[in-house]
Amino acid sequence: MKEIPVSEITATVSRLCIEANIDLGSDVEEAFRRMGETEPSPTGKEVLNLLLENAAIAREERMPICQDTGLAVIFMEIGQDVHFTGGDLEAAIHEGVRQGYKKGYLRKSTCHPFTRKNLGDNTPAIIHTRIVPGDKVHLIVEPKGGGSENMSRVVMLSPSDGIEGIKAYVIQRVKESGPNPCPPIVVGVGIGGTFERAAFLAKKATLRPIGTKNPDPDLEKLESEIFDAVNKLGIGPAGLGGKTTALAVHIEMMPCHIASLPLAVNIQCHAGRHKEAIL
Amino acid sequence: MSREIKLQTPLTDADVESLRIGDRVLLSGIIYTARDAAHKRLINLMDAGSPLPFDLKGAVIYYVGPAPAPPGKPIGSAGPTTSYRMDPFAPRLIAAGLKGMIGKGSRSQEVIEAVKRYKAIYFGAIGGAGALIAKSIVSSEIIAYEDLGPEAIRRLEVRNLPLFIINDTFGGDLYQEGMEQYAQAP
Repeated sequence: MKEIPVSEITATVSRLCIEANIDLGSDVEEAFRRMGETEPSPTGKEVLNLLLENAAIAREERMPICQDTGLAVIFMEIGQDVHFTGGDLEAAIHEGVRQGYKKGYLRKSTCHPFTRKNLGDNTPAIIHTRIVPGDKVHLIVEPKGGGSENMSRVVMLSPSDGIEGIKAYVIQRVKESGPNPCPPIVVGVGIGGTFERAAFLAKKATLRPIGTKNPDPDLEKLESEIFDAVNKLGIGPAGLGGKTTALAVHIEMMPCHIASLPLAVNIQCHAGRHKEAIL
Repeated sequence: MSREIKLQTPLTDADVESLRIGDRVLLSGIIYTARDAAHKRLINLMDAGSPLPFDLKGAVIYYVGPAPAPPGKPIGSAGPTTSYRMDPFAPRLIAAGLKGMIGKGSRSQEVIEAVKRYKAIYFGAIGGAGALIAKSIVSSEIIAYEDLGPEAIRRLEVRNLPLFIINDTFGGDLYQEGMEQYAQAP
């Protein structure tokens, strides 16, 4: 049994909220560079260069990459041999978000759904926990912006729609989203499970580093086919026209009910922000 | 061919008529921030016949909810939010004298019609380039609805704010035309 004081969780969440928002992952920057080389639109190329410049300014001046510093989505894998001490774990996570968003001069974006009153500290965080073997805690903070989240969908396809139905739906979703979700995007796709699990899988898929292969060869093929198709839509960087519409398509899949084919598309804007820590 | 044009607010009919989709603009002067919540309040004031917190004539509204200003800076990251959420309100403001809107993402047919009819313009700022855009903002002051937090109305002074013309007053739509130009057969 390992003991971890919840104050350590608070401090780690706070630090990760700040780092995720100001330090864009090298996989994203690498993708801007790589895709910029083959981008036929001069404006598209210029937008990709500006995004690289933006990331550099954010890092240097310790300012958020984007003013929409998101809702704080927290993924936590908790080893079953860990015992948290000194307080309420969930409260400690929320406190970490509260502190990080204040200290990092990050925008607070949580509000009451009806009155729209801003809650002022960006809590509550969206927390996904999973119990796993071992005595470690794996924490990931993914600040998720509203613009790309608004373009995301969950749909219950019919089993007979099959792979072709999945492809058609994802491509159509990217097309209809057009310039709204801040392309070039990462398309997170969740297939299977139940209604809510498909959405979770799609979100989880956005976390995979850009440029890594799906270990399942069937999914790798499907990812590649959807990637090629969405990059033929013409939307381009910032939606101003071009072929760099998606930086990647990532799929997570699990078995589903014999009657169902749940599908979720979670769109991630080009600020594919997430940072992690292991305690 | 993309041109680079320097523009100063407030905007006139002649300014607007000189702009075409694809033009790159460096905008300077005073602009105002407002998102959906602030737009709703502006419309309520107009319905009540009350004065607005700023003069709409020739004005430019930037759809942005900036991040808090870190010490020593006028503002935090300040990129555009998605514009469609302001579509239900924008035509009313345009009819009342609003000349320019800055945001990102496609507009409704009603907004595009109002842009044509009343000689207005829709500028696109690069979504997600908030740290870069903040460098063009010289000063920021909340002038209304402080209770809305990041959604309060701010008066910004900008210098060479980099923008693209998305919808011009002649019916042009860069999102549409850019996409058509680069679309390939599946």
